[in-house]
Amino acid sequence: MKLPPFEYRAPATVGEAIEILSASDGAAKAIAGGQSLIPIMAFRLASPTVLVDLNGIAGLDGIAIGKTGVSIGAMVRWRELEEHNGLRAACPLIAAAVSHIAHYQIRNRGTIGGSLAHADPAAEMPGIAITCDAQIEVVGKQGMQRVAARDFFVGPLTTCLAHDELIKTVHFPLWPRDRRWAFEEFAQRRGDFAFAGIALYYDERPDGAIDNAHVGVIGVTPVPRRLDAVEEILNGKKLDDGVLALAAKAASAAVEPDDDIHASAAYRRALTGTLLERALIAAAKRECAQ
Amino acid sequence: MKLRFEINGKGIEADVAPRTTLCDCLREHLNLTGTHAGCEHGVCGACTVIVDGRAVRSCLLLAVQAAGASIVTVEGLADGDELSPLQKAFRKHHALQCGFCTPGMLTTLHALLSDEPTADEERIRDVLSGNLCRCTGYIPIVKAALEAREHYAKKQGSKAG
Repeated sequence: MKLPPFEYRAPATVGEAIEILSASDGAAKAIAGGQSLIPIMAFRLASPTVLVDLNGIAGLDGIAIGKTGVSIGAMVRWRELEEHNGLRAACPLIAAAVSHIAHYQIRNRGTIGGSLAHADPAAEMPGIAITCDAQIEVVGKQGMQRVAARDFFVGPLTTCLAHDELIKTVHFPLWPRDRRWAFEEFAQRRGDFAFAGIALYYDERPDGAIDNAHVGVIGVTPVPRRLDAVEEILNGKKLDDGVLALAAKAASAAVEPDDDIHASAAYRRALTGTLLERALIAAAKRECAQ
Repeated sequence: MKLRFEINGKGIEADVAPRTTLCDCLREHLNLTGTHAGCEHGVCGACTVIVDGRAVRSCLLLAVQAAGASIVTVEGLADGDELSPLQKAFRKHHALQCGFCTPGMLTTLHALLSDEPTADEERIRDVLSGNLCRCTGYIPIVKAALEAREHYAKKQGSKAG
């Protein structure tokens, strides 16, 4: 359980970090909060020869709420998102999801950029990024580019990031005040990895029908993704028992969970439907932020 | 690598390899064995210490990453031989049996109650979800934390005053 040896580098700028990563040809790894990378190294599942610590780089922190949405620096820690005053109104789904992320001590260190780059299929923030159509600002040797969250996640623990690219900022689009939303997940113990989770939001037409439904799922697919079949059922409908049942059935059918020591695939599939139902009911009942 | 920290109010130096976690640095290089190494992969919470006011898992932080920081370990909670109010509450409520998880429980609760002296039972339980105890069933630990709150509230009050 001891880490393999490595060379430790603590660059002061993003450019310097990219230089080190680039020169290493894939043998170096960036460390942000380290709450997933250190255990992976302790288990010797990864043995980078150089560790590039991003904690001393200025300009990767900060939460900006503006007219085009919310921008969050890659090194912003969960604790800062939890304690931010404006975030609950500016993007309530982020705030709701963060409260489910890991445990108190881990939220004091873990970062949003680290979580996205790690791309655990059961992690909350990749699912929120997908659900909210977030844009991920990636910086590399060629400069900056924006990648849509849906193109960012490639597979379990795999993203489109090259070995010498870093996440700089995550942008969440503007959130209308009357939007309805919910986040529901189930884990064996609070803070543990979710068996399954649903993040969703929708807007309401003047007649109360659902519009612009975004339904994301975590933990039961190789990468978090939106459930198109469920969104199609919801859009244009008013929420009633029939729609709820149809949507839940479609959610269960749309996911591809695995059996593991904690729960069977059949259980996770059923759980996905149940969580979707709970989320839709919670969204419909919740008073909108004023 | 030569590192310098402030640990429990004292300036301390250590010379460790980059791969040394803060937990191993404290235990093996500085003989501060009050911090317990349990799972060593961020699950059990026994190794929790307070770095610049925040409770963190010392097995998931490299010693080099804590260089220059102000660190409080379980050894820093008591005032000489006088137990802290939180430690006294633990003793009173039998909030420990084997004692393995206790350093992590104490440091976690000390950080929490220093920040949030009015934390309610639900908040305390939520925070303690990051610390495993196989003896007590947690109930006495929660009771001890609830009782210790008033001391932290007073301390915060006097600080503000």
